[in-house]
Amino acid sequence: MNDLFGALVEFGPALWKATTDTFLMVGVTMVSAVLLGTPLGVLLFVTSSQGLYPKPVLNRVAAYLVNVLRSFPFIILLVLLIPFSRVVVGTSIGPKAAAVALSFAVIPYFARLVEQNLRDVPRGMVEMARACGATPLQTVLKVLIPEALPALLGSLTVTATGFIAYSAVAGAVGAGGLGDLAIRYGYYRFETSVMIWCVVIMFVLVQCTQLLGDWLVRRTDKR
Amino acid sequence: MIELSGVSKTYGTAQAPIHALHPTDLKLDEGQVVGLLGFSGAGKSTLLRLVNLLETPSSGRVSLGGQDLTGLTAAELRQARQQVGMIFQQFNLLSSRTALENVAFALEVAGLEASVRRERAREALSAVGLSDKETAFPAQLSGGQKQRVAIARALAMRPKILLSDEATSALDPHTALSILRLLKQLKAERGMTMVVVTHDIKVASYLCEQSVVLEKGRVVDRIDMGNPQPVSRLGKFFFETARGWTDDTELPQEDA
Repeated sequence: MNDLFGALVEFGPALWKATTDTFLMVGVTMVSAVLLGTPLGVLLFVTSSQGLYPKPVLNRVAAYLVNVLRSFPFIILLVLLIPFSRVVVGTSIGPKAAAVALSFAVIPYFARLVEQNLRDVPRGMVEMARACGATPLQTVLKVLIPEALPALLGSLTVTATGFIAYSAVAGAVGAGGLGDLAIRYGYYRFETSVMIWCVVIMFVLVQCTQLLGDWLVRRTDKR
Repeated sequence: MIELSGVSKTYGTAQAPIHALHPTDLKLDEGQVVGLLGFSGAGKSTLLRLVNLLETPSSGRVSLGGQDLTGLTAAELRQARQQVGMIFQQFNLLSSRTALENVAFALEVAGLEASVRRERAREALSAVGLSDKETAFPAQLSGGQKQRVAIARALAMRPKILLSDEATSALDPHTALSILRLLKQLKAERGMTMVVVTHDIKVASYLCEQSVVLEKGRVVDRIDMGNPQPVSRLGKFFFETARGWTDDTELPQEDA
């Protein structure tokens, strides 16, 4: 016990730095998921052969790209993206570089979830919108996304909790963050108490994310 | 008012075509109410959806109020659809919107100003007797109330034509009758032209002046509901299976 709290004092600043790094990585990742993954998911849904705006070639190209990106083991993606990260954020190591790789992983993942959530909106809603004379864009913005919103927030929560854990893998490129700290100190240097603190903090992050997500879903779900 | 000439719908490939609807004519004068009767898969919904071109006909022409819809661009067609109300079996209300916001949806799509939308949506909701449910979400409404909201949405753009796709099929009989009475009232008060898809002869008897009976994608009977003399087997079957409703049918309780 003394060890555990001693470690908290000794490694407090490191733990704090690791927590903020994790926040940075996961935060950027989630912003990418929403801003880029959502439109990609909408595109996958809308351009499908049964969709609002069938564009078979575009749909196949997008689905192909998504599948290619989804096939990469994350650690390989991290290494492959080193040159790209250097161009985009000016560095190939640290949390910023890891955020680039995490974004590449999250965009196709979240897009597939969005696609599925939109598929689950009853087809009659789209029919109603067409009968009212809505454009495909109006149908997406006024019907599909609002009707799928509780499901989308649920998907976002699953994605966020998953990527909190995922961000730990990014330690492999010296990304920083709680996972990285747990491995470097806890595992390689036998500082078990540091590892325990890292896991506890991650648990709290995951728990809070889940609670927040559940609350948002409940707030928006009028069904 | 509505004129479909030689419209057909074929799915599938040229080698293995599926004929949802063989070439069919359908003509309604202004203020006329016509029923499309038939079993599931008979092509009655397909024929209905051809009226506002939710389905593109494989052949034939569709014209509404003298305007040929088949030659329109996508944008012109959307405008034309705004002038045709439509209601559905599953109501298709947006669960994330209140009753008033659902009614306003049709007006939003048409690009009307917020103040006009509000006024018109209120007026439409009041026309279906639901002024007190403006802020209720669909989940808080009964089936009959949901269909009333959907009818208000269809009326909001003040269309001359209303299309009804099994609008009372998901409702219990007395709620169904109260919805049919509302539709009849709309016909009487506004002279609306209606096409009513149903598998229930009682609905057609109560509401329609004429019924078109469809079987396997073909019209097999056209029946004058004032003096019904079905000639087809299916047409006769429909009349044998049920006695019609009348204005005097007692409602056990009024559903609003």
